[in-house]
Amino acid sequence: MTSQVSAGDTAFVLMAAALVMFMTPGLALFYGGMVRTKNVLGTIMQSFFIVALVSVLWALVGYSLAFGPDRGHLIGSLAWAGLRGVGQAPNPDYAATIPHLAFMIFQAMFAVITPALITGAFAERVRFPSFVVFTALWSLLVYAPIAHWVWGTGGWIRNLGVLDFAGGTVVHISSGAAALAAVLVIGARRGYGSAVFASHNLPLTILGAGILWFGWFGFNAGSALAANGLACSAFVVTNLAASAAAMSWALAEWMRHGRPTTLGAASGAVAGLVAITPASGFVAPMPALAIGALAGVACYSAVQAKWRAGYDDALDVVGIHGAGGILGALATGVFASTLINPAGADGLILGNPSLLLAQAVAVGATVAYSFVMSLVLLKAVDLALGLRVHEEQEEMGLDLSQHSEAAYGF
Amino acid sequence: MKKVEAIIRPERVEQVRRALEELRYPGLTLTEVKGHGKQKGVRQQWRGKEYVADMLPKVKLEIATVDEDVPAIVRAIVANARTGEEGDGKVFVMPIEDVVRVRTGEGGDDAV
Repeated sequence: MTSQVSAGDTAFVLMAAALVMFMTPGLALFYGGMVRTKNVLGTIMQSFFIVALVSVLWALVGYSLAFGPDRGHLIGSLAWAGLRGVGQAPNPDYAATIPHLAFMIFQAMFAVITPALITGAFAERVRFPSFVVFTALWSLLVYAPIAHWVWGTGGWIRNLGVLDFAGGTVVHISSGAAALAAVLVIGARRGYGSAVFASHNLPLTILGAGILWFGWFGFNAGSALAANGLACSAFVVTNLAASAAAMSWALAEWMRHGRPTTLGAASGAVAGLVAITPASGFVAPMPALAIGALAGVACYSAVQAKWRAGYDDALDVVGIHGAGGILGALATGVFASTLINPAGADGLILGNPSLLLAQAVAVGATVAYSFVMSLVLLKAVDLALGLRVHEEQEEMGLDLSQHSEAAYGF
Repeated sequence: MKKVEAIIRPERVEQVRRALEELRYPGLTLTEVKGHGKQKGVRQQWRGKEYVADMLPKVKLEIATVDEDVPAIVRAIVANARTGEEGDGKVFVMPIEDVVRVRTGEGGDDAV
């Protein structure tokens, strides 16, 4: 059994898992720098606490629900609750050359970052206890099922032949849809519309974006689950998409507003990374450039559209993760090539329209389920605990009102 | 005894301080402040939304001094803080009723 374990693959996947873990504190800084001073710790706390919360839930039940023995193509059983049966021997259904534990812990980091993404939408106005309860429920009732559908053995979306290499649907579309539900239920921040809530520490945000880009190499290349040529391909297209998108967003800003901004360049990079995520193990470098360039412009436009739509998605989760994820999932259906990954499929550009159709079904299902289920969970938590902080607490800021802390010594 | 209070551009602080060092001056207090007179604000953008930041950063210098030294101090500040553009600032001179040195308890002109 253990002789099937590849040292190179195992080392690579473990390091990739660590890289993906690092993305969540990176996200904390990316978001933290964007909010007002009085809310920086409250914002960071949400992401940081999620690392702990979801890591534990994943080991207790989450992993089993997402990847465990299939029940009706919709969910995994609880056979692996408490990581029972998840040991040092490989599970060939998922990754034949690394210990099952390595696959599990790699997936854990995806389960961690996904709900953390949502926090950007409701930044600066949610009670900490309510946020904890909502996140726990969302992780088990939205993330785990969708992960099962797309990646689990027997999952119905996987059975349709849908291609999602590293989580365009599971991570980005699901969090984007949930973010939209959240802003509709929770409502806008006080003063939104009459004042511009500018970022208080953009250097922190750029540092966070850099960490996200760095960690994303683990996110995408690691999803090859082996230290091989496919991992290299994923690594390279990830860098190209991020680069193209950073420049195209900056260019779009330059043309519309006269100046490119650092926040725009950083957001563009993230948008490119989001879009390439599902495609990273299936497309060649030049299509990756195209995907990135498109994502920069598309997500920039989505963010501008938000102002017209009037909802307060504070840190643009819908515009970047929702729109970027949808773009990426569909682009996979266009540009996928079996020359890159024989285990994948050919896309529209190689004469196969059926993949694009399957991708569209996956997009629709993920959006619908995540949006509706998130709405239900948010409403339930709101009724039970109240989601939103009181007016005075929102004025005072989350740092003081939720955590009795001051970020910078004042 | 008078207090000279000057609101000047932050980038002129070093030049003003060097000029004051050449005069006999007892000391100064510096505060970072925001405000504006006739100077227009600065256009900034966030996520494509434009806004005008018109509470501009300035520096306030406060110098307590004897009456005879006031004119030279005011001249030194004005000459070194001036750029000729709107936003150069203002100098105010106001009377002080009393001064006490904390270390020794001395009062009056000797304490300034």
